[in-house]
Amino acid sequence: MAEDMRSKRPLSPHLTIYRPQMTSMSSILVRISGNALLVGFAMVVWWLLAAASSADYFAVADGFVQSWFGQFIILGSVWALWYHLLGGLRHLIWDQGKMLEIEQAEKLGWAAIVGSVVLTALTYVIV
Amino acid sequence: MAFLTDRKRAVGMGSAREGTNRHWSMTVTSMALLVLTPLFVLTFGAALGGTQAEVAAHFARPYPALVTGLTLLVAAVHFKNGVRMMIEDYVHGFAREFWIIAMTCLSYALAATGVFAILKMAL
Repeated sequence: MAEDMRSKRPLSPHLTIYRPQMTSMSSILVRISGNALLVGFAMVVWWLLAAASSADYFAVADGFVQSWFGQFIILGSVWALWYHLLGGLRHLIWDQGKMLEIEQAEKLGWAAIVGSVVLTALTYVIV
Repeated sequence: MAFLTDRKRAVGMGSAREGTNRHWSMTVTSMALLVLTPLFVLTFGAALGGTQAEVAAHFARPYPALVTGLTLLVAAVHFKNGVRMMIEDYVHGFAREFWIIAMTCLSYALAATGVFAILKMAL
């Protein structure tokens, strides 16, 4: 019975009819940043494998990492890492049943955006 | 099938068909990554920019090797579950199964490659 209903039942309005909200946009950005980290993850693993292999191979991988494109991936990954971490922290707080009021949730969203930029800058200062 | 009520099929399963297992896995791995990520950024950043000999020497030390290896392992499991969540939201039918399998294999392959590289430099 449930199988038959599945194709026929109406969908409630979602993405396409809603005005973008701070909470939904910051949430979608968590998903985008998390999944985009695959690129940085793969580059880090490649670089480590090259370092473990030989000086010649390391020169190739390190050359890519040090190129403007490699540095761009690193910058993006560092920001994505911090944003995804703060956005994930927001979910852990919500899971505890806290900060669920709209103003609080929006504040957490801004905190994640501003915090990720600050942490990215801090990373470049320290590292 | 006729004797299995819809309610019975639904209890404890949710839309993911496996209850809250994956949510719990995400909670555990995210808590671990909350600690590992800053440590990883610092120790990995310290190695970046060095020569091959310097990088190999860096990861031969226990702390950078353990932090990096652990981060890659936990992040791969976290990524595997996260990317699956995204695929299940947007992709349907055969393509969904294909991409879940492909991304799961890729996650483990990347983790294994990274850990192998660390072990080779560390041992």
